[in-house]
Amino acid sequence: MTRTHYLNVQYGFRSWLLTKDHKRIALLYLASITLFFFLGGAFAVMVRLELVTPPGDLMQAETYNRMFTMHGVMMIFFFLIPSIPAVLGNFLVPMMIGARDLAFPRVNLLSWYLYIIGGVFALVAAVSGGVDTGWTFYTPYSSTYSNSAVIATAVGVFVAGFSSILTGLNFIVTIHKMRAPGLTWFRLPLFIWAHYATSVIQILGTPVLAITIVLLAAERLAGVGIFDPKLGGDPILFQHLFWFYSHPAVYIMILPGMGVISELVTCFSRKKIFGYGFIAMSSVAIAVLGFLVWAHHMFVSGQSIYASMVFSVLSFLVAVPSAIKVFNWTATLYKGSIVYMTPILYAFGFIGLFTIGGLTGLFLSTLAIDVHVHDTYFVVAHFHYIMVGGAVMAYLGGIHFWWPKISGRMYPEGWARFSALVLFVGFNLTFFPQFLLGYLGMPRRYHAYPEEFQVLNVMSSAGASILGVGYLIPMVYLVWSMRYGKPAPDNPWGAKGLEWTTSSPPVTENFEQTPVVTEEAYVYQVEEEAPVG
Amino acid sequence: MADIAHPAELAHQFEDMDQQLDSSVFGMWVFLAQEIMFFGGLFVAYTIYRGAYPEAFREASHHLDLRLGGFNTVVLIASSLTMALAVRAAQLGQRAAIVANLLLTLALGSVFLAVKAYEYHHKYVEHLVPGLGFSFEGSHPANAQMFFVFYFLMTGMHALHMVVGAGLLLYFIHKARRGVYHAGYYGPVEIMGLYWHFVDIVWIFLFPMLYLIG
Repeated sequence: MTRTHYLNVQYGFRSWLLTKDHKRIALLYLASITLFFFLGGAFAVMVRLELVTPPGDLMQAETYNRMFTMHGVMMIFFFLIPSIPAVLGNFLVPMMIGARDLAFPRVNLLSWYLYIIGGVFALVAAVSGGVDTGWTFYTPYSSTYSNSAVIATAVGVFVAGFSSILTGLNFIVTIHKMRAPGLTWFRLPLFIWAHYATSVIQILGTPVLAITIVLLAAERLAGVGIFDPKLGGDPILFQHLFWFYSHPAVYIMILPGMGVISELVTCFSRKKIFGYGFIAMSSVAIAVLGFLVWAHHMFVSGQSIYASMVFSVLSFLVAVPSAIKVFNWTATLYKGSIVYMTPILYAFGFIGLFTIGGLTGLFLSTLAIDVHVHDTYFVVAHFHYIMVGGAVMAYLGGIHFWWPKISGRMYPEGWARFSALVLFVGFNLTFFPQFLLGYLGMPRRYHAYPEEFQVLNVMSSAGASILGVGYLIPMVYLVWSMRYGKPAPDNPWGAKGLEWTTSSPPVTENFEQTPVVTEEAYVYQVEEEAPVG
Repeated sequence: MADIAHPAELAHQFEDMDQQLDSSVFGMWVFLAQEIMFFGGLFVAYTIYRGAYPEAFREASHHLDLRLGGFNTVVLIASSLTMALAVRAAQLGQRAAIVANLLLTLALGSVFLAVKAYEYHHKYVEHLVPGLGFSFEGSHPANAQMFFVFYFLMTGMHALHMVVGAGLLLYFIHKARRGVYHAGYYGPVEIMGLYWHFVDIVWIFLFPMLYLIG
């Protein structure tokens, strides 16, 4: 006799495509963002293949432009932005606060459909020749000169943006209004704090990108002057509006990852998290300060030097809450009884790589150094350390940590540890040489380069192939484990948090009865039983 | 989990009607925050260019009909009143009053849109629609065109919100006629009201920014 849970309560396409269960919608997102992840990865493969040799021999410069643009668009708007919030957040936010679902289940399903519609536009753009503006769509190139599928891509990004807004709206209302009895704000898991801060950015930032895209489309379609200086427009205004969203968007990508890491670190050190209040508030601080640093992308755009100085100082400031988190995680690990299982391996990877990404961010917010490394591979390496080394590591760590709850099955621990190691090695081999390349002066977004850069580029491309293998292994064993994995107990890690008090996988309404919370988060004691693998 | 007091209108994820009402009202406020940022981007761009080309914007603004814009402002403020009365009626469970006030709101909204359509048509006849044979006899035609780009984008976005609002009103009128809303369940009318007032307030900002800068 098998137990009824959210996965087997109904079968068939209709039961998935019309579901209002946040857990099923999370799985819809999981499947669709995985598709876009591998699509975006395929474009990265083309980029790295071209860069194995100095001359532009594999493809034309125009083709190369399309490759790196499609890589950026797919990865940022269709993978990283939705990744942790729409999959893990969707699955976990209601469970962690003891609710039966998000506040607006139909809106949640609508957000997935918007994501899919946006994704279809991006795919149409991809097969109709792609777009070559860079993911930043800078005007007037994008609005006047580019002969690529700018409008289709822009519509895709516009629509997907509203999917992101609706997810954020749902989280904010759910966290405010639907916490279980006894679950006060300062008893919330840090994952919830991180998602709350993320949602605020999604609500306040994304619409500005949306209207910017409308303006861009108006200029391109009607040929009227908005950003094109030839027609009286101001291209710098586009950059301001674009980065007003797109810098905070970086925090949409990394903040949920920080939330995941807080959960992993405390669980696998068997120790109460160090500095709960500081970690919670640093998420809020990042969300606030993150809105005040956008013009550090524009130090060489010709903007006022005084503006640049202010934005430089503010960019240094935003590093403070990030550093607070890293110090607190480290202090949590210190004298903890660390259990070296896959999720914490990813957390280790995150802490190390995020720290490198963050510190090199300080190089870039320094005006004089930025002039030297602006638009070089140094920048590329920096943000890949944050987004791939940070956000994707956290995403995978979280997927492994909550996989028993999501699927009701254990993943194979040996393979998982092995692939975490492969990822770490592949990642560093791919991106560390790019710091050197950038510092030596190799600009980004060119398909050919001088011969002296070849060794480092070959290293990077070799690393990328290892990285690719590292992503394929979990893809295979996670799918395998859904059928053949060991059945998971309700709480395989001995973890705290309401999501572990319910069955694996949970029933449709998550809990048999509404839980009552009587203690703070993360009251781990070292003597408690160690997790079973 | 058979609740003793489980009204039919209570969605399964909520504990009680109060929580459901609170959540939906709060959700609409969050949505409106999003809307403010959406229009905010337009307002910023408009303000930048008005600062850059004050003469051209002033000149172009003279081509807007102050009387029609003023009339529409009064119409919209009146519709906010009827919308507020509809919400009040819903809270008191007065079915006939809900329907009547929603109908009045819809009628006023339609008047606004009709006047707007007339204005648009007039601009088209005068060749003042950017991208559709725009021609402007003044000292700065290119910059005047930019004024009209923003005029059409801003009032167009606003009109789009009005059309969505009118569609929602039709739906709510239909529901209200069937007696769906009563003193224990009026949340949807209340959040419809929030949305409608927001759209009105956007116009309150648009009117002086576009019509009154001459």
